[in-house]
Amino acid sequence: MNGVHDMGGQQGFGPVLIEEAKPLFHADWESRAMAMTVAMGASGQWNIDLSRSARESLPPDIYLSSSYYEIWVRALEKLMLERHMVTAAELETGHMITPPVNVSKVLTRDSVDAALKAGSPTERPIDQPALFKVGQKVRALNMRPQGHTRLPRYVRGHVGTIVSLHGGHVMPDQHTLRALPPFQVRVEWLYTVVFEGPTLWGSDSDPTLEVTVDAWQSYLEAAD
Amino acid sequence: MSGHSHDHDHHHDHDHSTLSEMDVRVRALETLLTQKGYIDPAAIDRIIETYETEVGPHNGAQVVAKAWAEPDFKAWLLQDATAAIASLGFTGRQGEHMVALENTPEQHNMVVCTLCSCYPWPVLGLPPVWYKSAAYRSRAVIEPRKVLADFGVSLPESTRIRVWDSTAEVRYLVLPKRPPGTEHMSQTALAALVSRDAMIGTALL
Repeated sequence: MNGVHDMGGQQGFGPVLIEEAKPLFHADWESRAMAMTVAMGASGQWNIDLSRSARESLPPDIYLSSSYYEIWVRALEKLMLERHMVTAAELETGHMITPPVNVSKVLTRDSVDAALKAGSPTERPIDQPALFKVGQKVRALNMRPQGHTRLPRYVRGHVGTIVSLHGGHVMPDQHTLRALPPFQVRVEWLYTVVFEGPTLWGSDSDPTLEVTVDAWQSYLEAAD
Repeated sequence: MSGHSHDHDHHHDHDHSTLSEMDVRVRALETLLTQKGYIDPAAIDRIIETYETEVGPHNGAQVVAKAWAEPDFKAWLLQDATAAIASLGFTGRQGEHMVALENTPEQHNMVVCTLCSCYPWPVLGLPPVWYKSAAYRSRAVIEPRKVLADFGVSLPESTRIRVWDSTAEVRYLVLPKRPPGTEHMSQTALAALVSRDAMIGTALL
């Protein structure tokens, strides 16, 4: 989706504001929201790409005017509403009215450390040989998928060079096609691709600038 | 839940009312999810405790200090950062696939996530507000020198800037240049020199 979240190269957002004090959270609710979002990931009712997609598909005015963790809360509520895990009336009142759905796991105090330490690797075995090799010129496809994607708009249609290969990784666009488990998993080669600044931004770009993105194989075509 | 409809011309009021409104909303959410049995509040406490007190930039600083002090470790870090970093016990969520980027006189590396807020949690903890801001996400890839100026950082014109946009599950850790005059320092003392921002690429040491 050509969403408002795809911010690379947009102009007009002003200076980067750096805080003197560096609190991790600016209110108690922010820490609870962060941790609940992490904990609810264990429910297995969605995956990381569905979770990102839920944030990115919030209405643009809401996305831009919400604080970071407010976006997380809104997306978490949306994910649970879509899956009938909660109802709007329950969110409004904060009290259970309908019975819970079955979830795959509930984190306890004792299981948190192991879950965080393990994470959720996205690398998977892949049989097919990689289509591209280091040093090869590739073009990022000019595309506008209706659903979730991780190819930023600012590189689409431009030619870059393969910097490295990362093995097979779960392809995010496919991973969001089914809302509930079992999720659709397609494994593709993942590459880092570097683009020259002037290629992306025009002749008055900083000539010393290079930008890399991590791109799945189906985002790319040979440009040799 | 419907969106709220504050007057956006009054940002201060907006922020203030958002906080209290969010406080109520998140409390209701936690109560509900607990009643439903989806979460255990003690697990929520433990997750917060982890990122408030245990996992943070001091982890990444240890990695950097070891790489500065031990050439073999540095070579391993640059070749297989996930394994090298795991050898210090830093693994897991949002750091499953690590790559280390060495700053040199020829190339300065800087990390961003233009699409969201991808950040290497096991070595740097949770991202600072500026890293998640629209200003940083939009500008880092188009005018990084101006962004660096916001941080008070100026690089020679001869230094190439490579900005790494974290668009997949690969997470990047910048290995800053070792400051001169630190040859005889212990790894503990070296680690104390390494700032979070230097490991993102928005500060020099």
